[in-house]
Amino acid sequence: MTFLLRRAVFYLVTLWAAITANFLLPRLLPGDPVQAMITKLGGRLNSDAMASLYILFGLDDNKSIWQQYVDYWGSLLQGDLGLSFTFFPTPVADVLSQSLPWTLGLVGVTTVIAFVLGTLLGVYAGWKRGSWMDNLIPMTTFLSSIPYFWLGLIAISLFSVTWPLFPASGGYAPGLVPEFSGEFIGSVLEHAVLPGITIVISSVAGWILGMRNMMVTVTAEDYVLVARAKGLTQKRIMFAYAARNAVLPSISGFALSLGFIVGGALLVEMVFSYPGLGYVLFQGIGAKDYPLMQGVFLVITLAVLVANLLADIGYLLLDPRTRREG
Amino acid sequence: MNFKTKLGLGILAFFTLIAVIGSWIAPYDPSAMSDDLLSPPSGSHWFGTTMTGQDIFSQVLVGTRGVMVVGLVCGVLATLLSILVGVTSGFLGGAADEALSMLANVFLVIPALPLIIIVASMLPSADTVLIAAVISLTAWAWGARVLRAQTMSLRRRDFVEAARASGESTWRIIVFEVLPNLMAVIASGFVGTVIFAVMLQITLSFVGVISLSTWNWGTILFWAQSNQALGLGAWWWFVPAGLCIALLGTALALINFGIDEYANPRLRKVRA
Repeated sequence: MTFLLRRAVFYLVTLWAAITANFLLPRLLPGDPVQAMITKLGGRLNSDAMASLYILFGLDDNKSIWQQYVDYWGSLLQGDLGLSFTFFPTPVADVLSQSLPWTLGLVGVTTVIAFVLGTLLGVYAGWKRGSWMDNLIPMTTFLSSIPYFWLGLIAISLFSVTWPLFPASGGYAPGLVPEFSGEFIGSVLEHAVLPGITIVISSVAGWILGMRNMMVTVTAEDYVLVARAKGLTQKRIMFAYAARNAVLPSISGFALSLGFIVGGALLVEMVFSYPGLGYVLFQGIGAKDYPLMQGVFLVITLAVLVANLLADIGYLLLDPRTRREG
Repeated sequence: MNFKTKLGLGILAFFTLIAVIGSWIAPYDPSAMSDDLLSPPSGSHWFGTTMTGQDIFSQVLVGTRGVMVVGLVCGVLATLLSILVGVTSGFLGGAADEALSMLANVFLVIPALPLIIIVASMLPSADTVLIAAVISLTAWAWGARVLRAQTMSLRRRDFVEAARASGESTWRIIVFEVLPNLMAVIASGFVGTVIFAVMLQITLSFVGVISLSTWNWGTILFWAQSNQALGLGAWWWFVPAGLCIALLGTALALINFGIDEYANPRLRKVRA
């Protein structure tokens, strides 16, 4: 399977690059913000926590850079990301594991919904080129040019302040305890409506446009003409012949632009104070909490890579050429 | 040129004009406080005022320049980088291509926003030019990918083979034979990069990691958000800046459609 092998190498290289960037940044950039923070916290840090921060941020000048790099990897592999300053004295790893499910739930589900919805609309718009659907394009362009966070602000202003239909912030109603009960799950869904719709609206346009353009290109191919000549139904030609081929670039595009989409979605969490990684990152910015910010970056990168792997598997299933290769 | 493209160019020209003359025609000093606290839009304050009585219309006018400058600088820097990487890797092929396209893909997949937030907040003085440079470093990869694919399809064309056969050097072939045929792709990549850079800069200002001493549309939104403009019902505080961003983004996207349709006639509108 050369296809899978190549992808595996790519994922490993990307992960290595992200971790190494995380290692190098605090060492290359001027200023010593972490040292300042440690001084400020003073005696409240125990020696273990101090040692791990020294390793993560290269505060120990006596060690060679190579030794620091080895120690850094050692720390990471043990899941030690240092202590968070914002949520002192909680370890960063704990903060992240609490907020990750929220982000996976909100951002994961809405991104998939936006992709599927946008692709279907794009298939239809490309198939019916020249119809009223063409007017949809400039409108969706306008929607996709709106920054995610601003759309979130507008959504809050309209549907929480002016007409209080949905809650403006949080992941569930205050006072509820996270558990498997109808009340709690209902509250979670209610809180996810506004941020979810915001993410879908601002990311769906890109998929519509990309898919439409590919459909327009594919519809002119000979095999579509042959399918028509055979007298197959419109529906069959549209989905099994044209769309199946047109969706391939969309899927690889989906995988590659995930990092960008997730960035936008994190902002939606900030605006809605949604208890996911984006909100945690936002709180970290205010407090100059570098261990937390870097931890968020690593976890998001990891999540994006896993999603990429899933997109690869989808590609493999849709395109027999990649399977025959090996 | 169709109506959509003209509309896009018109809006872009308007914002460019505001970027140049904005700080001269602004009726007030954007940072000056006054006694009109949090007043809705009126004759004397077209877009209303902030919590401290600053004129929002002036803030939007003055802030246009920062947005356009970062967009332009990033657009140029990132496009140059993408040409360098994309065309080289597409034209050379082999191991160099493998390495360069892997590099571009790594840059694409790594989530740019959290990374830039970390870099920007570590920089002691995050001024506009430095931020523009950092954004450019993350913005070139998509263009490089598209250029690589396009270059690969040109590499074996007859006119390139002819140039090669007549003994032209590789660099001469790239600059005089290949690049002119990539102009549409480069142009649309440039416009796409400008959109990306503008959005990213505004986002960074909004979350408060870029210096707030210079005005741009994101800074306005930062102050609106940190002063609870939403809860106070002060819609005029965050609506104008957001609409400007959306308008500028739409204008650039419309221009890009024009370029795409020029390069790929199949995408042009047909009458059914």
